[in-house]
Amino acid sequence: MENSMTVSSPEAGTSPAVAIRGVNKIFNQGKPNQVDALVDIDLDVQPGEFISLIGPSGCGKSTLLRLVADLLEPTSGSVTIHGKSAHQARVDQDYGMAFQQSGLFEWRTVERNIELPLELKGWDKAARRQRSQEMLELVKLPEFAKHMPWQLSGGMQQRIAIARALASHPKLLLMDEPFGALDEMTREHMQAELLRICAAAGTTVVFVTHSIPEAVYLADRVVVMSPRPGRITEIVSVALGRDRSELTREATDFFARVTEVREALRGIEMADHAKGIDDR
Amino acid sequence: MTDAERQRRRTRIRRASMFAVAFVLVAVSWELYKAVGPEKGGTIFGTRILARTDDRAMPHIWDMFSRFSESEVRGGEDSVFVVVLRAAWYSFRCALAAFVAGSLLGIGLAVLMARFRFFERALMPYLVISQTVPIIVLAPLIFSLMAYNSRELASKTWLAAVLLGVFLAFFPVAMGTLRGLQTTPSAPLELMDSYAAGWWKTLWKLRFPNAVPFLAPALRLAGAAAVVGVTVSEISLGVRYGVGRLILSYGQEATSDPPKLYTAVFGAAALGLVMAAVVVGIDRLLMRNRPPEAV
Ligand SMILES: Nc1ncnc2c1ncn2[C@@H]1O[C@H](COP(=O)(O)OP(=O)(O)O)[C@@H](O)[C@H]1O
Ligand SMILES: [Mg+2]
Repeated sequence: MENSMTVSSPEAGTSPAVAIRGVNKIFNQGKPNQVDALVDIDLDVQPGEFISLIGPSGCGKSTLLRLVADLLEPTSGSVTIHGKSAHQARVDQDYGMAFQQSGLFEWRTVERNIELPLELKGWDKAARRQRSQEMLELVKLPEFAKHMPWQLSGGMQQRIAIARALASHPKLLLMDEPFGALDEMTREHMQAELLRICAAAGTTVVFVTHSIPEAVYLADRVVVMSPRPGRITEIVSVALGRDRSELTREATDFFARVTEVREALRGIEMADHAKGIDDR
Repeated sequence: MTDAERQRRRTRIRRASMFAVAFVLVAVSWELYKAVGPEKGGTIFGTRILARTDDRAMPHIWDMFSRFSESEVRGGEDSVFVVVLRAAWYSFRCALAAFVAGSLLGIGLAVLMARFRFFERALMPYLVISQTVPIIVLAPLIFSLMAYNSRELASKTWLAAVLLGVFLAFFPVAMGTLRGLQTTPSAPLELMDSYAAGWWKTLWKLRFPNAVPFLAPALRLAGAAAVVGVTVSEISLGVRYGVGRLILSYGQEATSDPPKLYTAVFGAAALGLVMAAVVVGIDRLLMRNRPPEAV
């Protein structure tokens, strides 16, 4: 059933997992409260790649992610996912999604939460149950299948949300600050888990965060964005290899990349400040 | 047993005992006032505000209860207890029907209003106004409409009573459900969107379960409204077998047999209590598995 958890599909490399071409997004166009949320965004994400989106709040990270998810339409430009339109990809459930709030349904057991996307795809009960068991093992919570979400800690709930996002084995995972509400220890643990899971399945990930170490630790490339109007200012290649561990966080290379991203962000801050003075 | 369960049980026991205490307190004050109050009523500064305490106006509590075991009419076969019970059971079934039909109607209207803004704008003012019409006026009107339309319906006064129960019961359910459907947080809605789930799927899997905590208190109101609607219409229409009718006819005997009226009043109160119990049961069922703080 569906694609199994192979490392990469044969057609990988032929078309990017996500292709964002000349995308602009203007909210409330022509009205006094017009916001130029995104301007001239171009970005290709390769299959199996892990991309972190970072930038000051309000720079359009969530908007960009929603455009990829086809929850919003670009004002101009195009978004394709594995060569399909974003809309078609959404209809086909080609991607999974996770937000800062786990968004679990409090009236469903943990396993039935994970099964939600499969239910909507019309899977039969036995197949659903089997898959939710697999997913629970993947996120290392198999004994909590029958629990209610509110009986779990925040970190566990977030793991369930990730299991739900991955339940239909999507090739693409879109995450908007999924660990933002977790404490530092849980957060680092979850980051390592996410890398393990996505590497095993060859999942492409677009991951929004505003933590610099998190962005660097997870990503193959860190996309740095600036606000007003939202645009991509720099793309930092991380190149720390795929086998990342707790040691990675203490490596010199890691710190070098963190510094690089930090400076890119500081550049934005200074420019922003200067612009602020200009405006006055 | 977890702490939360123990806590809940303690609250339940406390509530039950409060209920019993309240009943005893009312009974004691009744008898106390009867003992010390003026037999012929009293006036203070020329205004008559103290009720009469003679046996006709205020029969003893024990007389009310002992009246239950006596036969209803002199030489009659059935005791008052049996007659009141039968009438209360009859009215209860009417009220239950009104409650169920009213709740379904309310939920249906809420879904319609949530789905089509047009319906909400068109319907809402009428729904609100409808609740300001006194049913004591509406009951005969509905009944005469029914009777006018069909001979057969003319014999079914109970149906008019049920309709009026529905008329009162649907409103809180419609309002509560609509509120619940409309206050679904945007994050799970976006999630359903990301699955390309349509409106009806989203309704069934998300909006409706989200509305359940709003529905539960609305059902409580609807249960009470159904009882009021049915019994008041019974009084207004003189529905043959209902407890409302019993109150009416026992009231006419109040001069010769004062405690009898109170037996019917107790019957109506019992009817209300049973309905409340039914609604609490439904509430429990709906809210099982919900976070304890939401219950
Ligand atoms: N639905 C919307 N309507 C109007 N403005 C919006 C909407 N969503 C986002 N914005 C605006 O677009 C900009 C980018 O928002 P967002 O993508 O949420 O930023 P980020 O996730 O980087 O903090 C902000 O200025 C925000 O106010
Ligand atoms: Mg955001």
